[in-house]
Amino acid sequence: MSSDESQSSGQTLQTRSGRRTRSSEATGNSLASGDRAGAGLDRGFAGLARFAGIGILIILAFVAFFLVYNSWGAIYHDQDGQADSASFHIGEFISHAWPLVIGTLIVSVIALLIAAPVAIGVALYISHYAPPRASRSIGYVIDLLAAIPSVVYGAWGMTFLAPQLVPLYNWLNEYLGWIPIFGGSPSPTGRTIITAGVVLSVMVLPIITSVCREIFIQTPKLHEEAALALGATRWEMITMTVLPFARGGIISGIMLGLGRALGETMAVVLVLSSGPIAWSIIQSGRHDTIPSNIASNFPESREGSVHWHELIAIGLVLFVITLLVNMLARWIVSRHKEFSGAN
Amino acid sequence: MSKSITAKNLNVYYGDFLAVEGVNIEIAAKSVTAFIGPSGCGKTTFLRTLNRMHEVLPGARVEGELLLDDDNIYGSGVDPVTVRTMVGMVFQRPNPFPTMSIRENVLAGYKLNGARMSRSKADEIVETALRGANLWNEVKDRLDKPGSGLSGGQQQRLCIARTVAVKPDVILMDEPCSALDPISTLAIEDLISELKKEYTIVIVTHNMQQAARVSEKTAFFNIAGTGKPGKMIEYADTTTIFNNPSNEQTERYVSGKFG
Repeated sequence: MSSDESQSSGQTLQTRSGRRTRSSEATGNSLASGDRAGAGLDRGFAGLARFAGIGILIILAFVAFFLVYNSWGAIYHDQDGQADSASFHIGEFISHAWPLVIGTLIVSVIALLIAAPVAIGVALYISHYAPPRASRSIGYVIDLLAAIPSVVYGAWGMTFLAPQLVPLYNWLNEYLGWIPIFGGSPSPTGRTIITAGVVLSVMVLPIITSVCREIFIQTPKLHEEAALALGATRWEMITMTVLPFARGGIISGIMLGLGRALGETMAVVLVLSSGPIAWSIIQSGRHDTIPSNIASNFPESREGSVHWHELIAIGLVLFVITLLVNMLARWIVSRHKEFSGAN
Repeated sequence: MSKSITAKNLNVYYGDFLAVEGVNIEIAAKSVTAFIGPSGCGKTTFLRTLNRMHEVLPGARVEGELLLDDDNIYGSGVDPVTVRTMVGMVFQRPNPFPTMSIRENVLAGYKLNGARMSRSKADEIVETALRGANLWNEVKDRLDKPGSGLSGGQQQRLCIARTVAVKPDVILMDEPCSALDPISTLAIEDLISELKKEYTIVIVTHNMQQAARVSEKTAFFNIAGTGKPGKMIEYADTTTIFNNPSNEQTERYVSGKFG
């Protein structure tokens, strides 16, 4: 290095650290740095991230507060028409709420029972069986399913799918009618809770599929090859490495699907001809779900009336159910952390 | 138990690309054979053709003959799954199944055959395999803990135990020590010299001292340039390859002049 060069590099060092020296004059420590060019941006971004993180909590708190505050009127209110007779009506609310809770759970469970195995199968086909070009187009079609608005699904379920399923319900009733859930007189229109479940299963399919596909693809090649080298067939390789690795992801995907199924409103409103709860799931004019019940009744209820409070309160129940489902999913995912492959 | 391997004019392709050209080699049963050569010369590719593992990449295919004793590995109607139960493989990085315990890892290959076994039989298999891999004393008190909790060298020996448990005829090792520290490497090398009493072992290594230490015969692979196919340049006794090679490229490689 020539002396010229060493001198000039020494100078740049000085100018660059010039700002730093100013701020460290007080302490005399040249390492105590003041502001750097990136620091403003850095702090700005940290603030933005913090704001976003806290913001989501605040929104959730507001919703929860709104629900809890307005639910009170559902269990503590006046007798009809009689002022100054406010009292608790918990039993009344529960008898109103439980059929809706059961209906919501039935429809979601039906949807998941159908959607989860299909979604896992489709995701496995895309990630491990299909040739690359086919898997891309299948993935695209699946994602497209998610883009269809729920009202369209509802219309399809009501006018096309429901009549198609009538023969199946008749068959179930004839041969399996001794099981209570297939008893009674089967629906002539097909607008039953099981049809609603089938429509919902199509709606939750894309979300479960895409979550599973992402996880399946991430299975380490190393582990897949280890299984193959032991003499595993492709299916054995999948059960030995891919599925255990993806266990948490599959559960998350199913829970995301469940979240959508629990809250789905429009498709159920259109497909299901609602009514009181019954054992049979192949009768129409039976069952109702929380969201569809709220959607159907909310516009006609007067704000502040007991009915209005009841609808809010049943909304709170759905909120709590969804919360519990999510907590359960997290617990299941974390239970086997030691064996998850993350370590 | 152990079997010999014979390759006759073996060409390996990835699609239209000729990766390894014209390999002729005879690997004797119950011996250790090392493949050495610079990176990208096709030694790993060739190793993976020995148990059809290269087929996991789409478009990979082979021309020529590859015999396990007298049976053609690439004969029509041969299922790669059958080949792999007879020709086991240990990989560059230790890869125990993370979702399984140490015990389950050892039994993983065994369970694939669908064989139902009593608990005592399973215990016996686990102990024999882990003893065979010099790992028993270190893990016998924590067989139900995950295999991923072991050290790198222990994990690699667990992988060897898993391979040995299914009693293959040949064990392929693809740079089994490249991710390990010297002490663990020594443990694996000791293990190799014990395993060769029962198995035919083929090992790919970048470490020429290792090849000299563990193997009886050595094959040197080289590549003429990027995009050209890899070739087996010389195959002879290890002492000959390192002390008195007949080929000039081999001489330059083992004396450290390139690679």
